[in-house]
Order: sequence, then C-alpha cells, then structure tokens
Amino acid sequence: MTEMLKIVDLHAVAGEREILKGVNLSVSEGETCVLFGPNGSGKSTLMATIMGYSTIEVTSGQILFKGEDITELSVDQRAKLGIGMMMQRPPNIFGVKLGDLIKASSSCGEEVLKDASKFKMQNFLDREVNVGFSGGEIKRSELLQLTAQRPDFILLDEPESGVDLENIDLIGSKVRDLLYKGRSCMGNVQRHVSSLVITHTGQILDYIGADRAYVMKEGRICCSGRPMDLLKEIKENGYGECATCQTMIKL
Amino acid sequence: MPDNDKAVRDALDKKAAYGADIDLDRYDEGSRDVERISDVGKSDYKEYMEKVGVVADEMNRSGTLMFIDNGLSHCHAQPQEGLDMMSVHEALSKFDWLKDYMWKAMDPTKDKYTAKSYLEDADGYFIRVRSGYHVKNPVQTCMLLDTDRTVQNVHNIVIVEDNASLEMITGCSTSHHANDALHVGVSEIYVGDNANLTFSMIHSWGKQTGVRPRTATVVGKNSNYTNNYVILNPVGSLQSFPSASLAEGATALYNTMCIAHEGSDIDTGGLVYLNGRGSSAQIMSRSISMGGHMCARGRLVGNAPEVKAHLECRSIIMKDGGSTNAVPELEAHVADVEMTHEAAVGKIARDQIEYLMSRGLDEDQAVSMIVRGFLSGSINGLPPALQKELDAAIEQANLGD
Repeated sequence: MTEMLKIVDLHAVAGEREILKGVNLSVSEGETCVLFGPNGSGKSTLMATIMGYSTIEVTSGQILFKGEDITELSVDQRAKLGIGMMMQRPPNIFGVKLGDLIKASSSCGEEVLKDASKFKMQNFLDREVNVGFSGGEIKRSELLQLTAQRPDFILLDEPESGVDLENIDLIGSKVRDLLYKGRSCMGNVQRHVSSLVITHTGQILDYIGADRAYVMKEGRICCSGRPMDLLKEIKENGYGECATCQTMIKL
Repeated sequence: MPDNDKAVRDALDKKAAYGADIDLDRYDEGSRDVERISDVGKSDYKEYMEKVGVVADEMNRSGTLMFIDNGLSHCHAQPQEGLDMMSVHEALSKFDWLKDYMWKAMDPTKDKYTAKSYLEDADGYFIRVRSGYHVKNPVQTCMLLDTDRTVQNVHNIVIVEDNASLEMITGCSTSHHANDALHVGVSEIYVGDNANLTFSMIHSWGKQTGVRPRTATVVGKNSNYTNNYVILNPVGSLQSFPSASLAEGATALYNTMCIAHEGSDIDTGGLVYLNGRGSSAQIMSRSISMGGHMCARGRLVGNAPEVKAHLECRSIIMKDGGSTNAVPELEAHVADVEMTHEAAVGKIARDQIEYLMSRGLDEDQAVSMIVRGFLSGSINGLPPALQKELDAAIEQANLGD
C-alpha cells in the first residue's frame, strides 16, 4: 500500500521543552491508525505538528505526506494538500459564524450546510464558531466542517471525549461516514480516507475499524500492533508494560 | 440656555476635555448659501453619500435631508403621517415650542465647539416623529463638507415623542477637495416615554479632516435608544463622547466600530447616565488599530437603584506605530446597581488564525474573516453599502496600506 503519511525521526519543542523526541510512524493510504498513550506523552503535540501549528517548532526530522516533504509548509498549504484535523479543544473564533466558515472553506460548503440537521447543528450556523459550544457541540461542529472540507487524511484528537451517551452514537456514525462513506458535491462517492485517531477509552473503535495502533510514551512511538490487542493490554496492565516492551517498530 | 451670552463667549477658548485642541481660526466659515438639489441620485454627491450608508435613490427610506457645508441642500420626505423634516431654522419659525428644546440636552459652554455652534446660531436638521406614530423606513441625513479650509458647523434636533418610533441613518463625509476642513456637529436628541430610536452615525472623512461631533440624548421612561457609530476610513483627528440620560426603565445601547489608520487620531465612545430606577445600558466598542491612535472610552454612571449596565471595549492591533487605549469607567452613587466592564487590547490570537487556515483558508483570508467578524459583530444588520465599505477597508489593510 502507498504511504499517505510518513514521519521520520521527528523532534519538536513547545516553548523550551522538547515534546517529540524522535517519532517514527506511518499511515498507509486508506488505513485507520490509532494512537494510544498516557496523558502528556505527546500525542496531541504530534497531531499539532503534523497540521503545522506554530506553537510547535520542529527541530529535526521529516514529515512526508503523499511523498512530499511538508515539514516546512504552512497550515493552509497542508490543508490544501488534503490534511484535516478534528481538534479536541478548538479556539473560540469571535465574530465568525459557523455557517460562513463552512461556506468559505469548501466549494461543497453550501451543499453540506443543507445536511446540518443530520449533525444536529442547524441552529448553530449563525453562532460564533465554538463560542459557548458544549463538548458534544464542538465535536459535531468539527465533524460538519470536516465533512465540507473532505480531507484525504484526518487527524482525530479524542473524538469521543466530553460527549454524553446520547451523542456518542451520532458522533461515532459521523466519524465512520467521514472515513468510509465519503461525500462529494457531485453525489455520493465511495472513498476510504486515511486517519490517525487518538483515543483513551477505545470507545470510538466500536464505530470504526482500525487497522493498526501505535503506542506513544515520552515523546516516542514505543510499539505498534493490532488495535484491539493493544487496547486490551493497556486496559489490563496500563502503560507500564510498554516500558519493558522493546518492540520499536522499524519503518 | 444661558442667561447671557458672556459665559458662552468665554467658552470659545475652552478646550474640550479630550482630544487634540483644534484652532478654530484656521478655518473660514462654511457657506450657508448652497445649491438646492432636487434629485440626489443624479447629483455629483451620490458617491460620497453612498460611502456613508445614505441611499441616493432614496429607496426604502422615509425621507432624506442633506446639508452641504452649512446650508440645507435637499429635503424630501415620503408621504408619511406624523413625520416632520426640515431645517432647524425653518422649524423654529414654524413651531414656537421648539425653542424650549434648543440647548436643553447640550450645554453650549461645554467646550469651544458647542460655544461656536451656539453663538453662530448654526442651522441643522430637524426630525420629529409625533406621538403615537411609527415611521416605517429609516430617515436618512447626510452632512457633506464640500469646501477646503472651512468649518461645517451644524446644530441638529431629533424628537421622537411618546409611544413613537424612528430609525435614523446619518452619514457624514467630505468631498475629495475638502480634505483639510473641520466638522462641528451638535445633535440634541429627545426620546419621549415608551418610544424607540435607533440612531446610526457613519463617517468617512479626509486624511486631514478634524471632526468634533457633540451628541446628547435624553431618553424617557421605558424607552429604548440605540446609538451606532462607524468610522472605517482614514481621518485626521476625531473626538466624540456622545452621552445619554436615561429615565426609569429606559435602555441605551452604544455600538462603536472604528478603524484607526496610520495618521488617524480617534477618541470616541459613549457615556450613559442611568438616572431612572431600573434603567439599563450597554456600551460595546470594537476597534482596530492599523498604526493610528485609538482611544475607546466608555463611562457608565449609576444614579438610581436596580440599574444594570455593561461596558465592553475590545481592540485589535494590526500594525505597530500607533497606540491603543481602552478607558472603561464605572461610577455608582447608590448601592443597588449591577455594573460591569471588560476591556481587551492585543493582536489576533495566532491559534484563531491557524484554526481557520486548517480549514484551507490562506492567512490573509483568515485574518480578514476574523477582523470582519470582530468589527461587524458589534452592530446587527449593517446596511449593505456599509458592508461593502467594511470589506474594502479590510482588503486595503491587508495590502499594508
């Protein structure tokens, strides 16, 4: 399978502190990869680095996307190449209405807005983006935006966190649609996008079939394996075992 | 009105409390003998009018009144019961009672600018809505400064009587050749009981123009007053601190939207006296500094129990070189009040720009979207012509102008 994303010996700092200490990871075309790891291990920082956020500075290493070195590209250049991200805690955008952002960010925007009710977001289109949104509303807003954006590769940072039981089904099915169903302005088109998903509980795995999982600890990928096997291991023994597991993957 | 004119003559030397002091002797008097225009849509002034939200073809407007320099140039009202529109001088000859409203809300000794208007018996627009009438479409007025090195000196009176309502758009502008000129505009506004007035003032001046509007509003019981102020283009020196006095149960809302370009000095805001029990006020200021000087003032004075008021000054700095001041003030004279303020000055947060960029917008598009939203978020229902001006001003700013 062709590689969609390849990260080679990536080191990155946030402020003075080195967070990523030599990350190696790859995601193939059409593959869904899960990223496990304890709090503070650098998972969200890795996603922010892949997206190109300026709060993180890459000190060495490479990020390759569709074979192209994107390490130095701006956030919008990465988005235009096909990377999309569902943030866990996106910033409030005062004054910008959600509907306007969706229209401005995609030629499919108008089309997708017609389906806003399927995301239970029809009453939020005239609201300022993320301002006063609850946890579930933020997730639904992010998913609606990504549905319009139609990326080829999606970073999902804890898609199920902060979501009540009533909404988890909706969020799970919309993530599934986004990854497997696809949608184009020309009508429904079957497509299978690649993704990297951070999850602590594994709840989202009830909705999407993950192909591979990585475990991140202290700024490095320390092992990889089958998602359900690793999840079971982590649930039973925590991340302690990872310290002794030396299955450093070779890319 | 003062007992004698001496106090007012003395006030001719009185500097204003805020803003640079302008030497009135630098300017000649603007002419009172101006061209009468019957169809403003076909006039040379159309371009200037539309820049400040005044619809030249007068569609969906209840009436239009225009001053060029110091003379009435156009006055036309659609057939509408209960609405009077004319110059103040004409109204004074027609309505004997009007003299009781002259210089009642505004003290002519306030500063040299009000004193000048008083002593020169400045003319201006008179708009009155009679008791019980609701004027359907907005009334628009235009104040055009058309002669360089002159002072436009006007005194306006607006009266919305009990149980009546009105929306007013007043656009003020300079023509291209009248850059170095001065506008002094005194407006006294009286809102009766159970009445509504929305008063939107939109300015577009020259890079050297001096501007000193003086606006005072008296709001009756259980009435609502909204004051919108917009300035997006470069100006020389502008200072204004409009005030409102609220009776029992009355509300006032001040919305200000400003861009301070390089070379511009803007000092504006709102002052509300909450004199009646249960009155309420909100002052919202959104400004952008593009290298100019911007001072956003807000002052709330709680003089009665059960008043509620909030003040918000937010400013984005896009370019170095200027200065930005946010001056929120709260003053209470009774215990039972609820008054709050917040102020924020700074650049646009990087994470907001990058969030929009992650959706595929380039950096300029992201900044424009945030700036446009930031400014227009303060005023609901911006007229389309003004929305165009706002877009143009933001586009210009992105080009580094």
